[in-house]
Amino acid sequence: MTHLPAQLQNWFDNRGWELHPHQRDMLDRADAPALLLIAPTGGGKTLAGFLPTLAELAGGSRQGLHTLYVSPLKALAADIKRNLRAPVDDIGLPIRIEDRTGDTSYTQKRRQRADPPHILLTTPESLALLTSYEDAPRIFAGLQRVIIDEIHALAESKRGDQLMLALSRLQAIAPDLRRVGLSATVEDPAAIAHLLARHPAPCRVLNADPGPDPDIQMLMTDEAPPWSGGGAKYSIPSVLNEIKNHKTTLIFHNTRAQAELYFRALWLANDDNLPIGIHHGSLDRAQREKVEAAMVRGELRAIVCTGTLDLGIDWGDVDLVIQIGAPKNVKRLVQRIGRANHRYNAPSKALLVPANRFEVVECIAALQAAKANDLDGDPRGDGPRDVLCQHILIAACAAPFDADDLYAQVTCVGAYSTLTRAAFDDCLELCATGGYALRAYDKWQRLQLRDDGLWHLRDPRSSQRIRMNIGTIQDTDKLKVRLKGNFKPLGEIEEAFAATLTVGDTFLIGGQIVRYEGLRDLTVQVTRRADKPPKIATFSGSKFATSTQLSERILRMFGQDDWPTLPDHTAAWLTLQREVSKLPEPDRILVESFPYKSKHYTCFYGFAGRNAQQTLGLLLTQRMEEMGLGPLGFVATDYATLVWSLDPVSDPAPLLQGGQLRDGLATWLAGNAVMKRTFRAAATISGLIERNTPQARKSGRQTTFSSDILYDTLRKYDPDHLMMQITQEEAMRGLVDFGRIENMLDRTQGKIDHHVLDRVSPLAAPMMLEMGRVPVAGEARERLLQEAADEMMQNAGLQGFGT
Amino acid sequence: MTAHKFRLNGTTLFAMPSGALWIPDVQTLCVSDLHLGKSARIARRTGSMLPPYETADTLARVSHDIALTDPKMVICLGDSFDDLGAAAELTHSATATIAQMQAGRAWVWIEGNHDPGPVPVGGTHLAELHLAGLTFRHITTHQTHEVSGHYHPKFGLSGMGPARACFLYDEIRLLLPAYGTYTGGLDATNPVLRDLFGSNTIAVLTGKKAIAVPMAKTLHQRRPVGRSY
Repeated sequence: MTHLPAQLQNWFDNRGWELHPHQRDMLDRADAPALLLIAPTGGGKTLAGFLPTLAELAGGSRQGLHTLYVSPLKALAADIKRNLRAPVDDIGLPIRIEDRTGDTSYTQKRRQRADPPHILLTTPESLALLTSYEDAPRIFAGLQRVIIDEIHALAESKRGDQLMLALSRLQAIAPDLRRVGLSATVEDPAAIAHLLARHPAPCRVLNADPGPDPDIQMLMTDEAPPWSGGGAKYSIPSVLNEIKNHKTTLIFHNTRAQAELYFRALWLANDDNLPIGIHHGSLDRAQREKVEAAMVRGELRAIVCTGTLDLGIDWGDVDLVIQIGAPKNVKRLVQRIGRANHRYNAPSKALLVPANRFEVVECIAALQAAKANDLDGDPRGDGPRDVLCQHILIAACAAPFDADDLYAQVTCVGAYSTLTRAAFDDCLELCATGGYALRAYDKWQRLQLRDDGLWHLRDPRSSQRIRMNIGTIQDTDKLKVRLKGNFKPLGEIEEAFAATLTVGDTFLIGGQIVRYEGLRDLTVQVTRRADKPPKIATFSGSKFATSTQLSERILRMFGQDDWPTLPDHTAAWLTLQREVSKLPEPDRILVESFPYKSKHYTCFYGFAGRNAQQTLGLLLTQRMEEMGLGPLGFVATDYATLVWSLDPVSDPAPLLQGGQLRDGLATWLAGNAVMKRTFRAAATISGLIERNTPQARKSGRQTTFSSDILYDTLRKYDPDHLMMQITQEEAMRGLVDFGRIENMLDRTQGKIDHHVLDRVSPLAAPMMLEMGRVPVAGEARERLLQEAADEMMQNAGLQGFGT
Repeated sequence: MTAHKFRLNGTTLFAMPSGALWIPDVQTLCVSDLHLGKSARIARRTGSMLPPYETADTLARVSHDIALTDPKMVICLGDSFDDLGAAAELTHSATATIAQMQAGRAWVWIEGNHDPGPVPVGGTHLAELHLAGLTFRHITTHQTHEVSGHYHPKFGLSGMGPARACFLYDEIRLLLPAYGTYTGGLDATNPVLRDLFGSNTIAVLTGKKAIAVPMAKTLHQRRPVGRSY
């Protein structure tokens, strides 16, 4: 039990502040080896985490690093530094507080290593880098506490795994280290506690008073939402009105592209010139910081944003959160809503804006789930092995290591507590020799077991390359966008999108339309000469899939006799579907077939989420191609996959057999671009291929080649390689999400309702209008390419040229 | 045949979909930029251990083309080895495969910038070779009727999938694509390549079939952005 020292108590008293019960609790239990605090946004979570540190350091006799604070965002570290400084400076406490992120200067970083502050604020990547230095034992020797902020967000990604592995290393250096996790409301606190604590030690979970229930509603507009699409432009007048009636509004979008489009539409209709900003991860840092500063000063009435604003930076007086598009995930919705009224004990106010008719149903389902506090989330699997490989390399950078010791440390990490020695050795082997069946690198091993029984870097200079590639965040290749003749970047777009641009094309970035002028030194050059309607900058991989729990809730809603909670237009639509065909049921798969414009359409209502429905589309069309049905293309949403073909599907049952689909995943889909991307991410994290090299990417472009070739080569010559196993594992979630297809098969047990209709059903109609149609490639692509080339040869009069 | 037939200085040539060049008049097969031993060289120099199967894969594809054409002579047009060290470190199975392919035919290693010296593998080592009215060397000079490699040209059509390794030719010269499994490419629209060629340049894309595309007609096309690791 720790008492609040008198000078801190006085400082609080002078402000008329009283500690919240959970802040008191955290002080009382300050000695616990692991503590997890679950508190709503605005609950004084961070202060609760730091109080014991301030109390312990108030005496002033401490030297060296006492507390390490880790948060998922650099901005959060800077924000916390500011907030902590207030009491420390006011009281004149002898406490040094510094942050260390990717933005910290080289000299500052060096000084921090030589003379660490009392409190160091950092990110998982910067911490991993710190642990890779030879002097890590000295830096962390006296470390007492580590505070992990927003641990619920970190726990959802490999960044959390990397962080916990780094903690296992710190704990070995400083055995008395106490761990504190700060989390927003989550569905399974025990799972987070398991990740946080040093396995098998217990972790106490403290729950703060969740505060009053939020006030969430669906935005009712005069105009009904459109049948399809994700733009929600119809809502602009109503949303502008809401902005006018509130102090500060956050307008959340699920994707950056949608945020850009919506922002632009808002500005075009913003006749009152309300100050509205935009904030998302693809904008240049300077631009983002400008918006953040304006927000803190209270100069903005609204910010159009994406998930980058999800985490707990203090944005001042937000009194309304608007979610555009179905929230896809109830937990995230609840966390977002917490951003409004960032004060304890005041109800948060939020509005949901469905982007299309189907999302009306999803929004109502999400509202009910949020009210019932029925949060969703997928159980986390075991700790990923690619992150472990990187951890092994980081350990080797710091010092030669003993494999037994490192294995013992790793299994003290909750996510890796069930890791077998054999699996660990496989990862060590991958780091040392590449782990290939063909042992080609015995002479050039990266790690070598030497006579002292320790694993050493063969070439100590390779530590530089390893350090440059620390981290688990996989940015798809992005190119900076700059105005011609201007050094300041506007932001970034994906290479794949840049590749579709022709000089003169225009696109949206940061709310401006810019014109593509060319590519120079890997920078996209643009001008403001915008004379065409913009292409949308597409950002792949940011599409969230509707959660399993929310999908099930929607299916259950379909089972109701009537829908008093739904707006009339949507209830009438569902009623019509029931009359004409049938509404999907939780334990059956509905398949509808109908002709349209001399093609045959088949709609599979799997409710497996966008990514899995997309994968299902790839697998179904491949199967249909084999059966000679002539599939031409498909489109997928969170709820269904619509396939069109030359011949009708007379019996969908064989198409939906688990064995067939699994075979397709193993063989055909294994060559798919999504799998290659998955491989690339895992191979980069595990250190098999490098994202950054000292010479950067400037040197001769023809010397680099695509990682896709590596994937193809491994598939052909070493299909059981660890990297291929990891790729397969990852394919069960993420962009491939085959796990959701398995769920769907499990849930329905082969019960398929096939309805053959003479025309499109009400439920399928919106699917016909969906964007993002995927043409079926196969032999057809080769033929199309040949035809296009022949036509050009003919037009050029070159058909017989040279012969 | 799925190869593209054309002429340079009166000699009939076939751009094969694999990236090899077949010269029927002299029964000669020509491949460029094999970069054998590339993964070993990368491991030696950087510590990165890429899947070490590219040498076997490259040689298997050369073997296949030899079986298809049964040439009297094979010309490897330089950068056959990623460096001289890589040539010295070839596995037994790789040298055995090469010896097998060389049996009963002439074999010429043209020097490249990666493998400037004689390599410790059988065959004739030359800086350049004159044959059938054409000059074979690794890097093109300003002479006419040259067949060369070095640049690893690649090209793609908008909306037709990723860029592919390609042949480039006009009335003056012919550039071969890189044949090696671990080779990237330089886009055919790159000024370096554009400057080498006149207005009647044809790109022949490799793949399942050799597909000829006139470069002049593609000026308005996008410039694909290569992805590298």
